[in-house]
Amino acid sequence: MIILRGRGIVGGCAEGEALVTRETISGWGGIDPMTGTIIETRHELRGQSFKDKVLVFPGAKGSSGWSNAFHMTRLTKSAPLAMIFNQMTTKIALGAVVTRVPAVTELDQDPLKVIETGDWVKVDGDRGVVEVIKKREVTLPSGGPGPSRFPNRTFPVARCRESGAG
Amino acid sequence: MILADDEKAMLDGAGGVAKQKAMELLVRYAEALGAERLVDTNNIAGVPGSSTLFLQKYFEEHAGDGSFEAVFSLYDLDAAEVMSVPKAAGNCCHLQGGMDLEHWADLGMSREALEHQREDETELARHGVRIMKTCTPYLAGNLPVQGEHCAWMESSAVVYCNSVIGARTNTEGRESTSAAILTGKIPDWGLHRDEYRRGTHLVHVETTPVESVMDWGMLGYFIGGTVEENIPVVTGAIRRADPLRHKHFGAAAASSGGVEMYHIVGVTPEAATLEMALGSRKPAATIKYGAEERRRVYETLNANGRDPYVDYVMLGCPHASIDQFREVARLLEGKKIKTHLWMFTSRAVKTVADMSGFTKKIEDAGGLVMTDTCSAIARAVPKGTKVVALDSAKQVHYLPAMVGVEAWFGTTEDCINAAQTGRWTGELR
Repeated sequence: MIILRGRGIVGGCAEGEALVTRETISGWGGIDPMTGTIIETRHELRGQSFKDKVLVFPGAKGSSGWSNAFHMTRLTKSAPLAMIFNQMTTKIALGAVVTRVPAVTELDQDPLKVIETGDWVKVDGDRGVVEVIKKREVTLPSGGPGPSRFPNRTFPVARCRESGAG
Repeated sequence: MILADDEKAMLDGAGGVAKQKAMELLVRYAEALGAERLVDTNNIAGVPGSSTLFLQKYFEEHAGDGSFEAVFSLYDLDAAEVMSVPKAAGNCCHLQGGMDLEHWADLGMSREALEHQREDETELARHGVRIMKTCTPYLAGNLPVQGEHCAWMESSAVVYCNSVIGARTNTEGRESTSAAILTGKIPDWGLHRDEYRRGTHLVHVETTPVESVMDWGMLGYFIGGTVEENIPVVTGAIRRADPLRHKHFGAAAASSGGVEMYHIVGVTPEAATLEMALGSRKPAATIKYGAEERRRVYETLNANGRDPYVDYVMLGCPHASIDQFREVARLLEGKKIKTHLWMFTSRAVKTVADMSGFTKKIEDAGGLVMTDTCSAIARAVPKGTKVVALDSAKQVHYLPAMVGVEAWFGTTEDCINAAQTGRWTGELR
């Protein structure tokens, strides 16, 4: 397990599969708030949804509707479980606050280098700590894709008591 | 965080529960940013309490109340209860909205949505918010002065406010501007502070001079994609700076990247010299914009265009200035168009365009002039549209993905030609 330490900007604790992008994300016009899907034309994650994933990304770009678009995902139950990012901006600070999911930044290692899509990540926004289990370290059962690939018993870390609650 | 006495009082509830909740949200936001204090602002541009039918119905269903004050309380201020919302504390305006109140049916809106929009406007006025309904408040009567602390949304307005006017705002969001409307406060962070306003990247223009509105837009789009959220300092062959060119340059740079401020040496107010623009810092990178870069950005902006048969020409992103009305009216005078043509602007500029005879010339040719919104904001194009022609790099960035159309990018004249012939013939000249 890898542990990253930084600054929590929204409290709470959540864990789940990581969805990682090296490209900044647009809110309004860049995501569909009804489904949490990235829709920006040339984005590497176009067509993928961050719903119920730990979103790991460099930061926010584009319209000032960023906070509104992510706030909406909270209402439509399409929000990410947690956010991990590098570049602080007003868009992302406000967006994370109103999305009310655990959010951590200013980590001591670059999360974009350490975390890969599919890794299991626990985000503690109260302590500013991120725990990463690489997907290759997890014993994959034959149960198919989705969170069931990660049965509780394979975890060396204590699970968050409830995921997604801010 | 260090809070001033009036801020502490609001946080303790001295100004009522709505101001208290607004202050709580600002403190959560400021702490997330790492800001040490708040700053006073008396110029706020946001979208307070405005709701789509989705939001109204969501709160009707989940909180038993979909009224303006409910949406403002539960959504804008992220509070747990519906509160009585007091009048705005200072000068504030409402930015663009969802539909034109006259041509709503052309935009595919329902009568129910129209009635809801009308009710929202009545509430906004009752709460002391100015109904500007535009992404260009600086062309419609809200023009701050250099150094003034503002709290603005709308990335194209933010970059204009900082770069062209020299006033100070971060890219605020719906919730922070609504909180600022009640408190007159915003986090003192980022572009409110001198040390954050200096340039970080040098861009040298080494091409045939950037003079046309299209060229200013392409340069802005290139720079945003290259420097992302940093602050570019532009030198070299860039000419004919005017409000229209700045509007298209900034909007493009804010869409392809996150540019909130730029300097053009010898042009913008905080860049009389290169030294002044950069401060004591060395630029993190020096970027060249030459013929090759210009060609590549043109191709990028036209990457969604394949079919030359155009159905729809959209003008007015950001909202058209009166100069653009004059040009479009001149190009269309006495002509008839084959495609749909919608031109978007603010109510203030439309009033002047009406009185100047520009609107009539555009409508006589077969076009439609609308206010408040645009195709991207309203997610509305004429029925059956497959191919759009645009003169705005920003709109090209957003519209194809949002409504699933092909798009061509060129000059306003290219767009008007396409409207008249039904065919796209624009090229890089």
